Amino acid sequence: MIAMTFNALLIAIREIRRNLMRSFLTVIGIVIGVAAVITMVTLGRGATEMVKQNISKMGNNLLVLRPGQGFGGGGGAQMFSLQDVDAVRAQVPGIASVAPFVSNNALVVYQEESRTYDVQGTTPNYFSIGNWTVSTGRFFTEAEVEESAPVCVIGETIRKELFGAGVDPVGSKVRVKNITLEVIGVTGAKGQGGFGDDLDDNMITPYTTIVRRLSGRQGGKNFNQVMISGQQDYPSAYIVADVAALMRERRKITANEQDNFNVFDSQQLAEVISSSTKVMTSLLGAVAGVSLLVGGIGIMNIMLVSVTERTREIGIRLAIGARAREVLLQFLVEAVTLSCIGGVTGIALAYGLCTTLAEVVGAPFLFDPKINIIAFVFSAAIGIIFGFMPARRAAGLDPIDALRHE
Amino acid sequence: MNAEKLIQLQGLTKRYGTGDAAFFALRGVDLTIDRGEFVAVMGPSGSGKSTLMNLLGCLDTPTDGSYFFKGIAVEHLNKDQRSLLRRHALGFIFQGFNLLARTSALENVELPLLYRGYTRKQRHEMAREALAQVSLSDKERNTPAELSGGQQQRVAIARAIVTKPDTLFADEPTGNLDSKTTVEIMDLLRKLNSDRGISIIMVTHEDEVAACARRIIHVRDGLISDDIITR
Repeated sequence: MIAMTFNALLIAIREIRRNLMRSFLTVIGIVIGVAAVITMVTLGRGATEMVKQNISKMGNNLLVLRPGQGFGGGGGAQMFSLQDVDAVRAQVPGIASVAPFVSNNALVVYQEESRTYDVQGTTPNYFSIGNWTVSTGRFFTEAEVEESAPVCVIGETIRKELFGAGVDPVGSKVRVKNITLEVIGVTGAKGQGGFGDDLDDNMITPYTTIVRRLSGRQGGKNFNQVMISGQQDYPSAYIVADVAALMRERRKITANEQDNFNVFDSQQLAEVISSSTKVMTSLLGAVAGVSLLVGGIGIMNIMLVSVTERTREIGIRLAIGARAREVLLQFLVEAVTLSCIGGVTGIALAYGLCTTLAEVVGAPFLFDPKINIIAFVFSAAIGIIFGFMPARRAAGLDPIDALRHE
Repeated sequence: MNAEKLIQLQGLTKRYGTGDAAFFALRGVDLTIDRGEFVAVMGPSGSGKSTLMNLLGCLDTPTDGSYFFKGIAVEHLNKDQRSLLRRHALGFIFQGFNLLARTSALENVELPLLYRGYTRKQRHEMAREALAQVSLSDKERNTPAELSGGQQQRVAIARAIVTKPDTLFADEPTGNLDSKTTVEIMDLLRKLNSDRGISIIMVTHEDEVAACARRIIHVRDGLISDDIITR
């Protein structure tokens, strides 16, 4: 049996070599189908993962309490006070950290360079809520918040634009409106956010510095956002509901009045976006599935066209003394060999395409063995079935009928 | 049955189709052929001569009757056993040559050896020797498309004799060849018969070709009408 299989392999390889064009076309059908399916699905999953990562860049289970209704609302709506922040921290369960947050666009001047950036005032809690790291220098401390210290931490974009890439700005002084701030740190680059926005063009200072020195306001409702991070594994929907209930109570909003604030939940956004990219992925997968099917039909086509010639070949082999099972084994080995070459090449091609495209699109490359196996098995099955079935019929004939096949 | 006889047929019948559409290609043929004979089977087209030949070569199965090859009852053999009988005792030459396309002469001649478990070296040696016997040593790399009709038929003969069969079946071996090449092929067959004692059974409709044989059997309407020993 081993000798017979080895012999079949020998003959099959001869036949593949003899019919290079036909073999090549068969393999190409499988290669394209397999590569298309794997590439599409892998890239789709990568895109989903990219969206998730971008949203998680915004912060650790980030929720944001904002004035007004819905996205972008809040012009003229009531802002938040430090008492609101303390109440949220004290009364809402499942919260890891809370920070008041005020931001204004302001002109930042360093020597001859000047540009407008988002100047933000907050507490050190914000660094953990916003998932910030420091690439050089340090964050400011609670003590510096207490004494309204004239310090700031700048984003990578500001460092590049005002100081030049690679320059260490720590210790330098910049002017914002009428005050001078000392740069004490640079935040680690985050790159693009979930909406394609730059996350590195902001300047973070103690809120006391901004509130007292820049906006000139004292106490009261100074904060246009409250940054909240939920505890890991605590359902964010509960926090949203609890924060909303608390704020309605604090603002004495009656049952038939609408909220004049809203709570943005990054996890919920992530779920919405990733579910839509999942739909996209299945759509792409379906399109690629069609190409796998077309590749399969191509294989059937080639196999059927070659049946005439192959039936005579089978007749010759039978006439010179091959047994039907030896001929069948040869055809099976041939089909398996071609299918496997096609499948492996397809997977390799998909791997190359995925890594290249993932780099171009900026999506992470996620190797998924399941889709590889499905695509491989499907194409191999087509190759084997359609390579083997005509041979099985031919080998069942009397040699003379196979020889006379037109 | 006598094992000394090469072929013994009794009432061999071949029917195509059933019922009203039934057609008898052979209607009970009785025939005995000894070892070492060179037999030509002649007859008009549709007489059943090719059917007889295919049945003798175990390429086809009879509807009725008995066929003993060297004392073996062929009609009781299954498909695989008939394959093995062809593999070990029979060689075939066809009118259309039936070589594998896009395959070198050497590889075509090697083909039967692939099913006999020879090593690569043995296969090459035996195939080269067979090609030398048909004077084609210089063409071993050529594919059938690069060979003339006579050369292709000689490759086919080399393929048939490479396994050293004791019986050679030739179905119109010169049917596609011109007269000069026909003479060459017939000389070759005659030499194989006289020098190596290979029994040859050959179907032809040409008298000059049949004249090379030592016995001529005429088939008409599915029966043997004449059986002449020429020398």
